[in-house]
Amino acid sequence: MDAIKTEALTKHYSVGFWRPKPYLALEGLSLSVRQGEVFGFLGPNGAGKTTTLKLLMQLIYPTSGTAHILGLPVGSADVKRRIGYLPENPYFYDHLSAEELLQHFASLFGYAPAERRQRATRLLDEVGIGAERRLQLRKFSKGMLQRVGIAQALLNDPAVVFFDEPMSGLDPLGRRDIRQLILRLRDRGCTVFFSSHVLADAEALCSRVAIVAKGRLVAQGPLAEILHFQVHGWELVMSHVPAGALECALKDGRVTKALPLGEDRYALDLPLDAAPERLIADLATAGAQLVSLNPLRETLEDFFVRQVSTAKTNRGLE
Amino acid sequence: MRTVRIIGTVAVSVFRESVRDKVLYNLVAFAVLLMAASYLIGQLTAGQDIKIIKDLGLAAIATFGLMIAVFIGIGLVWKEVERRSIYSLLSKPLSRAEFILGKYCGLGLTLVVNVTVMVVAWYAVLAVMATTVPPQVRAEWVAPATDIGMLRAVGLILVELMLVTAIALFFSTFSSPFLSAGLTLGLWVIGHFSVDLKNFQSVVDSPAAAMLARGLYYVLPNFSAFDIKQQVVYAHPVPAAYLASTALYGVVYIGFLLVASVAVFSRRDFK
Repeated sequence: MDAIKTEALTKHYSVGFWRPKPYLALEGLSLSVRQGEVFGFLGPNGAGKTTTLKLLMQLIYPTSGTAHILGLPVGSADVKRRIGYLPENPYFYDHLSAEELLQHFASLFGYAPAERRQRATRLLDEVGIGAERRLQLRKFSKGMLQRVGIAQALLNDPAVVFFDEPMSGLDPLGRRDIRQLILRLRDRGCTVFFSSHVLADAEALCSRVAIVAKGRLVAQGPLAEILHFQVHGWELVMSHVPAGALECALKDGRVTKALPLGEDRYALDLPLDAAPERLIADLATAGAQLVSLNPLRETLEDFFVRQVSTAKTNRGLE
Repeated sequence: MRTVRIIGTVAVSVFRESVRDKVLYNLVAFAVLLMAASYLIGQLTAGQDIKIIKDLGLAAIATFGLMIAVFIGIGLVWKEVERRSIYSLLSKPLSRAEFILGKYCGLGLTLVVNVTVMVVAWYAVLAVMATTVPPQVRAEWVAPATDIGMLRAVGLILVELMLVTAIALFFSTFSSPFLSAGLTLGLWVIGHFSVDLKNFQSVVDSPAAAMLARGLYYVLPNFSAFDIKQQVVYAHPVPAAYLASTALYGVVYIGFLLVASVAVFSRRDFK
């Protein structure tokens, strides 16, 4: 059973008052997330990430399509008891302290008062704001609110947790803490579904990712698989490269780009179909020395930019 | 049982927010201040003092209660949606219907506590007043200063306030606070003149207009029915059957509004 499964999930909005026009927020999203994995849901701003999360939380209703969590339709009480959700830029009752807020949410799960206190204390400690537990939330910084948001999402020891931009508003230390927390959740068997436009987070945490752009899914799969076939060349670093030999290699197309690194050292980009061994031998004959040779693998960022730029642009339905 | 617990949890949260809201304290302080002012006016008006205090007291309870019901009621749902605090709330095991009913009960609890505080202050002023008046003047009063029968009017004021709260909550499920306040207060004003709608045929020749007015009379809330202030102040009898039927009318109307609020809110997208 998949932790999350959507089939042709679609959301259209009407935009405009006098002559409303349809706007495609999400079109035919079909994805599946396995239990126990950290799944990255990536896309630029306005791609449909938050729309998808709202559909999964049933904060909005789909125009068409279905969504299931742990095999149950989204929005049911049984599902809500087993999931956690951190909204983007969370806001909570600012007249409450962090401890009171968590205890209030815990009471919605039906925990006894002692259990509520214990869970609130443990989680606030875990997200690093235990010392501020009795401070009213109106006095919290954005980063602290984000940590409260993460704590409230974990109140019920969820089987599946949804984080919408979990690193938003956090300093580098905070980002590291949350990365470690996500990995701890994964180790406990919790499925983590998080949206982000920060690709470094996805590369560090995810086993699989989906990329959305302009309301449509453009790629989905294991990170290693998505990037495996995207090796597009070689990066050769050599020292003592004679200018004449380099010019010749550039002219005949065996080197596509030469980046001087200083002191006769160059980083040379070679096309995928080039034979690096022959070029190394030729340059070595001319007096150059090999420093390193690496495949030029497309990074998630390169892949992301390419997928996003080639996505269909039309978001209207006319 | 689970639903009752969840509604109770949301209601207690609303009550706690109201208690921590300084505006609420100001309203209560104002009400108490008005009681004191009515006492002063009573000092200046020989013979009529006790009736003025009773009148002003009931009017103040109704007015301040109305302000609480309208101005907190219109923000109950809107604030949650606008500040997006509803996102994390609705991801918990809480249905939209439980959310709406919890909000309503929470403001209801706030109103009951506030009205109780105002009534206690009002009766205290009346009790003090009674001790300062000579026995021969007291003998001329149509009812004792702390006539317990006045609580019948307070009871109907409370039902009226609960109805106003339900109207404000209904509008707040789909419109802005400004519009909700206008619509709620508009309905409240019309509702106090709804008897005129019933008798509209006596002032217009058009049967269609008269029929429309009669229709509106039956559809719009009849707030004038809840107003028995004059009867209790002058100790006129108010039949128990009237009290019961008026309260039942209010409860049924509240029920319809809550069902409508849940229906609207349950279909809403939180963009």
